[in-house]
Amino acid sequence: MPAASADDRRLQDVAESLRGRFGDAVVETFLGKDGLIVRLRPARLREALTFLKENQGFNALQDIIALDNMKRGPAGLGPAGPRFEVLYQLYRFPEGLRLRLSVEAAEGEELDSAQPVYKSADWAEREAYDMFGIRFAGHPDLRRIYLPDDFEGFPLRKDFPLEGTKRGL
Amino acid sequence: MTDADKKESFFLTKADQFITWAMKNSLWPFGSGLACCAIEMIATAAARYDISRFGMELFRASPRQADLFIVAGTVTNKMAPVVRRLWEQMPDPKWVVAMGNCAIGGGPFPTYSVLQGVDKIIPVDVFVAGCPPTPQGLLHGLMTLQDKIAHMHPTQEILKPHARRIR
Repeated sequence: MPAASADDRRLQDVAESLRGRFGDAVVETFLGKDGLIVRLRPARLREALTFLKENQGFNALQDIIALDNMKRGPAGLGPAGPRFEVLYQLYRFPEGLRLRLSVEAAEGEELDSAQPVYKSADWAEREAYDMFGIRFAGHPDLRRIYLPDDFEGFPLRKDFPLEGTKRGL
Repeated sequence: MTDADKKESFFLTKADQFITWAMKNSLWPFGSGLACCAIEMIATAAARYDISRFGMELFRASPRQADLFIVAGTVTNKMAPVVRRLWEQMPDPKWVVAMGNCAIGGGPFPTYSVLQGVDKIIPVDVFVAGCPPTPQGLLHGLMTLQDKIAHMHPTQEILKPHARRIR
């Protein structure tokens, strides 16, 4: 087994300090091939983002990715769980370290907005709302970003018809 | 009449033929690239394919100065009201070419966000198929449009204002 690289050791330190600070709220941490992956309980999301930004030097939120895991669960392929998963892709410059924070949200459940911590979360959260209908508490202007304002439904949800409710018109 | 007057040359034609000849040979396209088809439209306008052979080289940035709307690319539902409004801003007489499969019928995007054919919002004169159409394809479509204009009867609109315009 190859020795852990300097980057991996730094990320392990971040994982340790997250576990030390947030205890049980950290569900799981592991090193993926593209950085550290941390699964977190949503209750302490904003606190964790603030901690990572101000104490651990993760100075950029590169993207917010939402997933609809509707197809998993008893009828689907995997274990049951909340419907949505939201990933926060963080970056530490100039070391080039990456950290992916993963939280889960049930349908209708609000997540804390990351916008007060990272300004780049503004449009990213609007996109997640536009496509999945995930709401973020504390976002200054949570409205659609890509689709027309009068669009009905959230098209990247698994139960949304591909051709739309009005057949593309 | 003087002798000099008798030597002036002249030709006889029908008003319709003369007007349509003038219209079809100086179409002013509206440069409306919406997606990748615009690249082929630009290539058509460049030296190799040379759209100025047809008197169409003057791509305008304003619909008010154009009479040919080449809808080059995917029309999304969000863009559709804009396309409709641009078309309304063009002065008559005006023509529309739907360039590429997206503008014709949504192309490879049968989705919630794409208008399934620009003819749902504006009248289209010529459809140019392809993904994207080659410059030759677009030129063929434009020559087809010229043929169509040549068969118009613009004087009918003056003589019979209430008659439906022949397209």
